[in-house]
Amino acid sequence: MAKARVKTPKSVKKGEVFEVKTLISHKMESGQRKDKKTGKKIPQMIINKFVCSYNGKEIFTSDWYSAISANPYLAFYVKADASGSLDMTWTDDSGAVFKKSAKITVT
Amino acid sequence: MHNAKARVLALIGFALTLLTMPIGASAAEDWGKYQVDDRRSGYTYAAQETRSMQDDNFANPAFIWVDQGETLWSKVEGEAGKSCQSCHTDAAKTMKTAGTVYPKYDFKTKKLMNLEQRINRCRTENMKAKAWKYESNELLSMTTYVRFQSRGEPMNAAIDGNAAPFFEEGKKFYNQRRGQLDMSCKNCHEDNAGNMARANLLSQGQGNGFPTYRLKWQKVGSLHRRFRGCNKNVRAAPYKSGSDEYNNLELYVAWRGRGLPIETPAVRN
Repeated sequence: MAKARVKTPKSVKKGEVFEVKTLISHKMESGQRKDKKTGKKIPQMIINKFVCSYNGKEIFTSDWYSAISANPYLAFYVKADASGSLDMTWTDDSGAVFKKSAKITVT
Repeated sequence: MHNAKARVLALIGFALTLLTMPIGASAAEDWGKYQVDDRRSGYTYAAQETRSMQDDNFANPAFIWVDQGETLWSKVEGEAGKSCQSCHTDAAKTMKTAGTVYPKYDFKTKKLMNLEQRINRCRTENMKAKAWKYESNELLSMTTYVRFQSRGEPMNAAIDGNAAPFFEEGKKFYNQRRGQLDMSCKNCHEDNAGNMARANLLSQGQGNGFPTYRLKWQKVGSLHRRFRGCNKNVRAAPYKSGSDEYNNLELYVAWRGRGLPIETPAVRN
């Protein structure tokens, strides 16, 4: 049920620094846990990459490793000079890609 | 002259220290709405970081479940062709106090019924749909969503009338020593609330934030799951989620937290 949530101000002033909050539901299986019944290790399944682009231009990326909690929360700051669309993608170990966009109006 | 002035200043300083010391040192912290008389929500025992996670509805990961519950609210299921919304319309209005009164005496089974079971009763009888499994994502989502509508409302489960004998049973359970460690709920949550059990700060064990997002669980969980965890901690065999024993206990725990605001979905460690 991976579902992403993004919170940004709807409109910002030109050049103003604003905060982008994101939260995505993901189990972030660490690869360290064992299945209690079989005793076998549960394979790692985490989001390993987050990319945010603005009007097609990459503005923020981060590589994720183990030891990040389930349902990871990420917040960062952005400065915008023109209106546009913030496009965020999360990619996990299975190659699944989750996307979420937010429109920003610059006044 | 200079000396006298210094002495006066020193005296004033000392007087000020006397005035401010008792306030800073011994007066209890003001927890506002999170405390009613001597009853303190688990919020007041949580770390600052955990509290701020709960305070911000966006940072609170439990809202993933609230969102899912909202979707399920209007989803038509079962042979009757109904959703929750068909009868209960706007949850914000109809469920405003629903989260505060459970567990409640049920005339049909002649025992207590909690919110989870009430939801499933609606599903099987009114919607003619399949009951959700206890602790399933669907039941957790719906319970969280419904109880979230009562956020801020005071806990107010009835313990008189038909519920009285079940309340007594719950009270007995609460005070009964159990498990290899031979400990009752009371031993930790009444006798030692505020003290450490190894690295954990013991709270009063209030249920007003459930279903709650536990960082340890990395997800939302029910109050009965918490009961099971507590029972296991004292090396006792846990009862089943939704069992009569836990429903009775839930009523007693609800009474212990009477008047505390519903915080669902709370965040705890």
